[in-house]
Amino acid sequence: MSHPERLGSPGGESVGTIAEPPHVNEKLSDYAARYGLKQSAARPPLRKYIQDVWARRNFIWAFASAKNISMYTESRLGQLWQLLTPLLNVAVYFLIFGVLLNTKRGVPDFIPFLVTGVFMFGFTQRSITSGSKSVGDNLSLIRALHFPRATLPLAIAVVELQQLLLSLVVLLAIVLAWGEPITPHMLLFVPVVVLQLMFNVGASLIVARLGAFNRDITQLLPFVMRTWLYLSGVIFSLPSLMKAGSKLDQHPWAAELLKANPGYVYVELSRHVMLGKYRDYVHSEPGVPHSTTQLWLYAFAWAGVALVAGFMFFYRAEERYGRG
Amino acid sequence: MADTKVRGAVEIDPTREPIVVVDDLHIIYRVFGAGGKGNAASAFSRVLRRQNRPSMTEVHAIKGLSFVAYRGEAVGIIGTNGSGKSTLLKAIAGLLPPHSGGVYTDGQPSLLGVNAALMKDLTGERNIVLGCLAMGMSPQETKAKYKEIVDFAGLKEGFIQYPMRTYSSGMGARLRFAIAAAKTHDVLLIDEALATGDAKFKVKSKRRIEELRREAGAVFLVAHQLDVVKETCDRVIWIDEGRMHMDGDPDEVIAAYIEATGK
Repeated sequence: MSHPERLGSPGGESVGTIAEPPHVNEKLSDYAARYGLKQSAARPPLRKYIQDVWARRNFIWAFASAKNISMYTESRLGQLWQLLTPLLNVAVYFLIFGVLLNTKRGVPDFIPFLVTGVFMFGFTQRSITSGSKSVGDNLSLIRALHFPRATLPLAIAVVELQQLLLSLVVLLAIVLAWGEPITPHMLLFVPVVVLQLMFNVGASLIVARLGAFNRDITQLLPFVMRTWLYLSGVIFSLPSLMKAGSKLDQHPWAAELLKANPGYVYVELSRHVMLGKYRDYVHSEPGVPHSTTQLWLYAFAWAGVALVAGFMFFYRAEERYGRG
Repeated sequence: MADTKVRGAVEIDPTREPIVVVDDLHIIYRVFGAGGKGNAASAFSRVLRRQNRPSMTEVHAIKGLSFVAYRGEAVGIIGTNGSGKSTLLKAIAGLLPPHSGGVYTDGQPSLLGVNAALMKDLTGERNIVLGCLAMGMSPQETKAKYKEIVDFAGLKEGFIQYPMRTYSSGMGARLRFAIAAAKTHDVLLIDEALATGDAKFKVKSKRRIEELRREAGAVFLVAHQLDVVKETCDRVIWIDEGRMHMDGDPDEVIAAYIEATGK
């Protein structure tokens, strides 16, 4: 059947009179389809969805900046907390693990080692915990305006990136203060951060979908994150635990699992890139696993896999966010 | 009228272009209350026995609703509290999945509700920018529209710099409407969002709704103030207990509604 004449087109009536039996007893759904109407809030095709997200890049950046600004408006020190929070974190970890428990175990320049670990792991950790709330906390926005929902977890990852950039100023100051020479090697830090960001985006897309439909996830995540922190060698050197004869050396599968852990991969890679002394230490200790190439391979693999899998996982529930 | 076809109870005007088709829509949703005794032990035993939350009830809010709305229509939806008006709008917006039947629309409907605070911790200014960008405008367009939105919202001097949580309900509603109305929507659903505005704002919003209609979209309006409905809409649907009660000319339907509710 031909498409019916639109309203107001001259000659529309005559078409109706020329025998063509109009769509008698047509179902409403067919009638809707005939006019190209679509099921309300259906998920757009993947290609279109990616284009939509890309078209909202300004929104993502503006949303992230606004979040960052509003984060500390209630406190007297305001934006200063963006620097104070990471510094205080380092102080606490140093007090507990550097002084009280002494997890140094011969790691040279423990402070820069610790700071790099805490900052880089915190980057992933916070992306994931706030990513899990990104849909639930913005329900009013989701219900008021229509936009691709993936922009919310993306914006959260950008918020954390902006926070990290500030922390990195502190990190660089500490690294230089401990007498680390500036080398071209440090430029490799940029791709490390980019890869980690890709991983964070993917991971936060996954937890965003989980958290959107099951609020229990947000209660559970802090515990998962803390366990992950200890498994990732943030406050101690994991490779030095894998020395020949150690417990981990006797269970190689466990050691391999720990080495493939993305938390460890990005933290350790940052240290290899930023801290020359630590790099030399890991490479010179006998029996300590130290393959930087392997770290890079894992870093690339995790970034790619997490980003693609996370995006697809989030996208497949697109039409269901904000319902209920 | 050879062209008028009757399918069930729905009459279709073949000379007009439909923009929203609601086809035998049923909506059943679950309501969660504060479950059980509210302590950890009772919650635990509930999980062990694999029970749903005790206070969970299923509400059959829309029971087989069918109608067609055409381009350029402003449809008012009236009915008593709990008759399913807001549920219907949410279903059209795609926020509630249909239990059976379906809602078909052209383009993405936007729902403007009374509680839709955008981001209450941010200033009105930032909410405008973010709202525009989220609707897919470019930064240039946003800049161009900014003044228009501020003027339309008509906030008191300086309030645009305050966080939105400091706004009164009327001011918040005005800003939200101004932001949402800055863009042409195919289908705009307004749920009591104009109720808190003052007289001056009502005139402005009525004018804007007419503009949106002329731009070949459709506007749905849920309101309890019947005079607003009568002035803004050219068609009124009266819903009762989730079923269509009456559909037609505003004056007729509202007169019947007033008589039935004994106002």
